[in-house]
Amino acid sequence: MSTDSAFEKLIVENVIKELARKGMLDGGGAAQQPLAQPTAARPSAVSDDQAISLPPDDVLVPDPVSLEEIRAMRRATPARIGIWRAGARPKTVSWLRFLADHAAAQDAVFTDVSGEFIQRLNLVPIQSAARDRDEFLTRPGQGRKLSEAAAQTVREKGQQNAQVQILVVDGLSSSAIEANVPDLLPALVQGLNAQGIKVASSTFFIKYGRVWVQDPVAMLLNSEVVISLIGERPGLVTADSLSAYIIYRPDANTVEADRTVISNIHKGGIPPAEAGAHLATLLKQILAAKVSGVRFTQSTK
Amino acid sequence: MILKANLHNKIYAFNSVKDVLAKASEEKSGDALVGVAANTASERVAAKLVLASLTLEDIYNNPTIPYESDEVTRVIYDDLNMTVYNRIKGWTVGQLREYLMEHETSNDDILNISRGLTSEMIAGCAKLMSNLDLAYASKKMRVQVHCNTTLGVPGTLAFRNQPNHPTDNIEGIMSSIKEGLTYGSGDAVIGINPVNDDADQVTRMLDTVKAFIHKWEIPTQACVLCHVTTTMKAIELGAQVDVVFQSIAGTQKANEAFGIDAALLSQAYDLVTRKGTAAGPNLMYFETGQGSEVSLDADLGVDMQTLEARTYGFGRRFRPFMLNNVSGFIGPETIYSGREVIRADLEDLFMGKLHGIPMGIAPCYTNHMKSDQNDQELGTLVCAAAGANYFMGVPGGDDIMLSYQDTSFHDDATVREMLGLRPLPEFERWLEKIGVWKDGQLTKRAGDPSIFEK
Repeated sequence: MSTDSAFEKLIVENVIKELARKGMLDGGGAAQQPLAQPTAARPSAVSDDQAISLPPDDVLVPDPVSLEEIRAMRRATPARIGIWRAGARPKTVSWLRFLADHAAAQDAVFTDVSGEFIQRLNLVPIQSAARDRDEFLTRPGQGRKLSEAAAQTVREKGQQNAQVQILVVDGLSSSAIEANVPDLLPALVQGLNAQGIKVASSTFFIKYGRVWVQDPVAMLLNSEVVISLIGERPGLVTADSLSAYIIYRPDANTVEADRTVISNIHKGGIPPAEAGAHLATLLKQILAAKVSGVRFTQSTK
Repeated sequence: MILKANLHNKIYAFNSVKDVLAKASEEKSGDALVGVAANTASERVAAKLVLASLTLEDIYNNPTIPYESDEVTRVIYDDLNMTVYNRIKGWTVGQLREYLMEHETSNDDILNISRGLTSEMIAGCAKLMSNLDLAYASKKMRVQVHCNTTLGVPGTLAFRNQPNHPTDNIEGIMSSIKEGLTYGSGDAVIGINPVNDDADQVTRMLDTVKAFIHKWEIPTQACVLCHVTTTMKAIELGAQVDVVFQSIAGTQKANEAFGIDAALLSQAYDLVTRKGTAAGPNLMYFETGQGSEVSLDADLGVDMQTLEARTYGFGRRFRPFMLNNVSGFIGPETIYSGREVIRADLEDLFMGKLHGIPMGIAPCYTNHMKSDQNDQELGTLVCAAAGANYFMGVPGGDDIMLSYQDTSFHDDATVREMLGLRPLPEFERWLEKIGVWKDGQLTKRAGDPSIFEK
C-alpha cells in the first residue's frame, strides 16, 4: 500500500471511529462515501522515506468547462488561479502551499546566514551598526552604517586601492545568499581575473546590512568600485532572489541613482553562475567609464 | 489651550498641538523611527488627556504644517465649510468622539459636520477611539459615489479585481481577471498595477480589458494604476479611460516626490470628465497609506496617522470614486506588526469616511513584517463589519508583481457570505446571468475561469 492511500485510510478510519462514538453512524460504508472521493487537495507522500510533501501544483477545478484552457491560463501567469475552493475558502492543499511559501519568505528574512557558510566561502564577517535584527528592520539607517568594530576589521583585513571590492550582504533574505552566492562568487571572481582586474583579497560578509553600507567600506579602503551581493525582500513566488548593487567611488553626496543594479538573480530568474559572468563584464565597463548608475547608462547610449 | 496633563501625579508637558497629536497616537514603528512617538505608555495617555480637552478651534488655529508652506494644508483649509465649522468650533475633541457614536446622531448629521472638520480634527478624534469605537462609528457612516457602478449601496461590499503580472503579460492578466470574476470580484474596478509605466502600453492594456468587459457586458470600470501624467497622455492617445489613478500623500513635499500637485489632479479630473469613457461623476481613484511620507523622508515631524488624515483632506477635493489605503505595504520600519496594521486599517476607514470619502481598505502585509495571514483575515473581517466599501481581490492573496499579500478572491467571497453582504446591484445581476452567483451565494460554477471560453 502506498503511503498516499495509507494516509487517506487513516483519516477515514479516524472519522468513522469518531462518528461511531457520537452515535452518528449506521454502517462504515455510509461515512466512507463522501470521504472516498479522490481529490488533489490532500497532502500526498512522494518519497520512499515516508515523508509527506506538497503534491504537484495542479489545476484543482472539478469538471471545468475546459481543463486545457485553465492549464493555458496558468502557463500565462504564476498567479494562484484554478485553485478551486471549499465553500468560499481555499482547498487544504492551496492553504498549505501558501503557508509553506510564506514560511520560506519569513525564514529568509528572520534567519541568519550560517556561520559555517561564511567560513566555507572564506568571507570575513562584520556587522552593520544595527545591534539586532529588530533594529535592522525598524531603523533602516542603522543597516546603512558600519559598527565601530566592523570599521576596525575593514581597516585591518581589507585591501586598500583595489579596483573591485566584493561584499556579500544579507539584506532581507539569508536564503538568497546561501542559494546563489556559492555559484555566483567564483564565476564573478574568475571573470574579473580573466580580464586582469584587481579584486580585493578579502570579501566581507555584512550582517544586517542594507545597500548603502557599501559606501563606508569603499571610503575606508579607497576602492574604485564596490559590488554588493544582497538578499532582496522575499515574495511568495521566491524567497531566494538576489540583487547586485554596484557603485563607482561613492562619497558623501552619493544617491540611489548613482548605483547600477542587477536584480532577480536566482535559479528561476538570472541563474547565479550566468549572473557572475555578466557582472564581471559590467564591472569592466563601469571601470572604463569611471561612473555607475544612471550616468553610466547614459554614457553607454 | 492647555498642553499639560497631570497623570498619576506626574506632569506631562507637550510643546504644540502637533506634539500632542503625535504622542497621542497608538504605537507604530514609523512614529518611533521619526522620533515623534510617546516615550512611555503613560505619556501616550497623558497626550490623549490633553487632546480630549482641546477644542476644534484650538486645532483649527494650529495646523500641523503651516498654511503658507504646504499645499495640502491649503487645500484642507480652503475647502472647509466655515458655516459648519463655526457652529461646532467650541466642541472638544472628546465631545466630537461621543457625538459620532450617540444613537441620536444620524449618517446625515455626520456627513454634514464632516464639511466643517479639518483633517487634524478627524485624526485627533480617531486617537481617542479604541478599535471597536472606530469600527462602530465607521459602520454608521455611508458615502455613495457613482462611476459606472454605484459604490456604497447599503448591504453591499465590492471588490477591486487586481490581476497583476510580473511582466505585464496581458494573457496572464486576463487569466487572473477571469478567475476573480467567477468569485464575484471586480464590481469596484478591474484595476491593474503595471510594471511598465508607459502610455502606449497602458492604452493597449485598457483596449484588451475593455473589449472583454464589452463582450461580456460587465457592469464595472477598468483602470491601469500608472502615474497620472501617463494616464493623461494615454487619454490624449485615445485610450478608454474610466477612472484616473494616482498615489497621494499628506504633505506637499511627499506629493512633490510623487510628481503631483493639486493643479495637476484638477487637470486630470477635467480631462477624464471631457474625454473619459465612464458615466461618472466620480472619476478619480487614489491610493494612500500610513508611512508613505516617512519612507519619502517628507513627514515634517508629523505622525503617520495625522498625515494619512491630511491625505484624505487633500483627496476629497477631487470627489474620488475610490480611495483605499495600503497601510501594510511599506514594511516594518513604518508598520511593524499585525497589531499595528489592523489598528491602521481601522483608523484609515474611520478617517476616510469622516472625510466623506467612499473608503476601501487593503488589509495587507509584506514578508518582512511581523504579521501573517491570520492577522490580515481578522483585519478584513472587522473592517467589513465596520462598513468598508471595498477590498482588493488578489489570486490566492499573493500579489506576484508587487510581492506582498492582500485579500484574496476567496477572502472576499467569504466575507460577503458571512456578513450577508451582496455585490453591487448591477454586478450581482451580471454574476447571476453568467451563473456563478445565486440567492446571495456563489454557485457550483464559481471558481472555474474557463466558463468564459464557452
